[in-house]
Amino acid sequence: MATIAPAHLPPQPLVRRRIRKDYALAALIVLPSLLAVGVFVYGFIGWTGYVAVSGWNSFVPDLSFVGLRNFADLFQSFRFQIDLRNTLIFTAAFLAGCLGLGLLLAVLLDQKVRGEAVFRNIYLFPMSISFIVSGTAWQWLLTPSTGVNLLLEAAGLDRLKSPWFTDPKIAIYSVVIAAVWQLSGFTMAMYLAGLRGISDELREAARVDGASEWQLYRHVILPLLTPITLSAVIVLGHISLKIFDLVFAMTGSGPAFSTDVPGIFMFETTFRGNRFAEGAAIAIVMLLMVAVVVIPYLVWSTRAEAPE
Amino acid sequence: MRRPARIFMYLLLVTLALGYLLPVYVLVNNGLKSFQEVSLSRMWEPPSRLSLDSFAQAYRRLAPNFRNSLLLVVPATIGAAVLGSINGYVLAKWKFAGADVVFPLLLFGMFIPYQSVLIPLVQFLQWVGRTFDIRLYGSITGLVLVHIIYGIPITTLIFRNYYASVPSEVVEAARIDGAGLAGTYRHVILPLSMPGFVVVIIWEVTQVWNEFLFAVAITGNPARQPIQVALRNLAGSQIVEWNVQMAGALLAALPPLLVYVFLGRYFLRGLLAGALKG
Repeated sequence: MATIAPAHLPPQPLVRRRIRKDYALAALIVLPSLLAVGVFVYGFIGWTGYVAVSGWNSFVPDLSFVGLRNFADLFQSFRFQIDLRNTLIFTAAFLAGCLGLGLLLAVLLDQKVRGEAVFRNIYLFPMSISFIVSGTAWQWLLTPSTGVNLLLEAAGLDRLKSPWFTDPKIAIYSVVIAAVWQLSGFTMAMYLAGLRGISDELREAARVDGASEWQLYRHVILPLLTPITLSAVIVLGHISLKIFDLVFAMTGSGPAFSTDVPGIFMFETTFRGNRFAEGAAIAIVMLLMVAVVVIPYLVWSTRAEAPE
Repeated sequence: MRRPARIFMYLLLVTLALGYLLPVYVLVNNGLKSFQEVSLSRMWEPPSRLSLDSFAQAYRRLAPNFRNSLLLVVPATIGAAVLGSINGYVLAKWKFAGADVVFPLLLFGMFIPYQSVLIPLVQFLQWVGRTFDIRLYGSITGLVLVHIIYGIPITTLIFRNYYASVPSEVVEAARIDGAGLAGTYRHVILPLSMPGFVVVIIWEVTQVWNEFLFAVAITGNPARQPIQVALRNLAGSQIVEWNVQMAGALLAALPPLLVYVFLGRYFLRGLLAGALKG
């Protein structure tokens, strides 16, 4: 897999030598990019790790080694414990919302719908907008005295009116609503691409065998979409583990840190509080959470592609 | 499907579509009201008379930042796209020893939480400023550099997958005809690259335009901030009227929305590439 060159080529030594030279040149051409990413990703992560075990918790840089003290402090801090819980709740609810709604939309659009492109574009457009913009819009939509509550009132659904993000018990779900609004189109697009890849013959075969539409989806189509679900879980999951802008713009830390997440804690600790070592420790925890999800996926998807 | 079921299905599709459009309606509707008419309890009522006052005020406040974002997006996108194309070509068609190891390592760079590089990044940009007298920290130039570098993984991925669909025979034929690495790129690959560039450019434009964390950490001075940071300051302010905030949000959303409306098909492709195997 590594090289395709010599076997297919005429054996003239001149050509072969030139091609070998070109392979060296190829490596040389990508070298600047690799070095840049090497330094800015891996080098900087290493440096962040170094800061995380240092005593640099004031405006004056102090890189003396303090071991894992910053991490110990972090995991004992009330705020970080809430952050981890919020991240888990947010991720679970956000994934459930995006997968459920995305699958529903994709299956609906797969029924030979008139005006499919229009619907698809409407469900997908929030993805093109920044988290800051959608946070700004949803902050007003979910302000209890206005927005969605007014609509519910007008529809006679007063019972569904809610204090939204002003109530610490449910505040985090208000952010989930905004996040699902923004990213469910992504799962819809992925599922739709998957559904389009399933041949009509297969569907017909199942129907001929007497399967109802429901059985067709439940037992034939849904299992075929499993790899797509996995990809969507990884992509959306890693987004939600590092979520920052949306919460920052919409609710900030929220009442009693009820919408606080590690991304916000890191930002405030580092750039508002000048506690760089603690900020670095939070960043490292975030990185580890993302790495646990992403690295197996990277290995899986670059391996799976090898026997082309 | 039976007829009642189809009617129910369309009803569901339309209801959901209206739901997705709610935030846009609120932004446009209240952005277009005059200051006298703005009221939280009448958020959903259309304006009795169209007024562009809120937009004018939002524009006055955000115009310099809008310009900053343009100055950021154009060079960052070009830089990341060019590097991605070259890297993608090499990694797809000239798999040097170790290329298969390097690629996943490169890809990991697009998944990391940028918080994990932020402290060294700021230190590095400040250090460059002190040592070489090049202003990177607190400037759009610095932000351009940052976006080019952290854009490399995704642009390389999109181009590599795109070039992988070019038959290897075409490349080999060029090789046997005497074209080298550079010659093959210029005469065979580049002329085929247009669709790849469209996808990458659209992706980078929206990403860089919408990005917030690097922007807020690197550009301190309000005059140098890109639009998202300025919008955040506007929306977080207690003294700015909320209809101005909404007009501002719409202004900040406009370029990516236009890109999406006119080139949505390509936007989708970039999106699915992020899932590694679209």
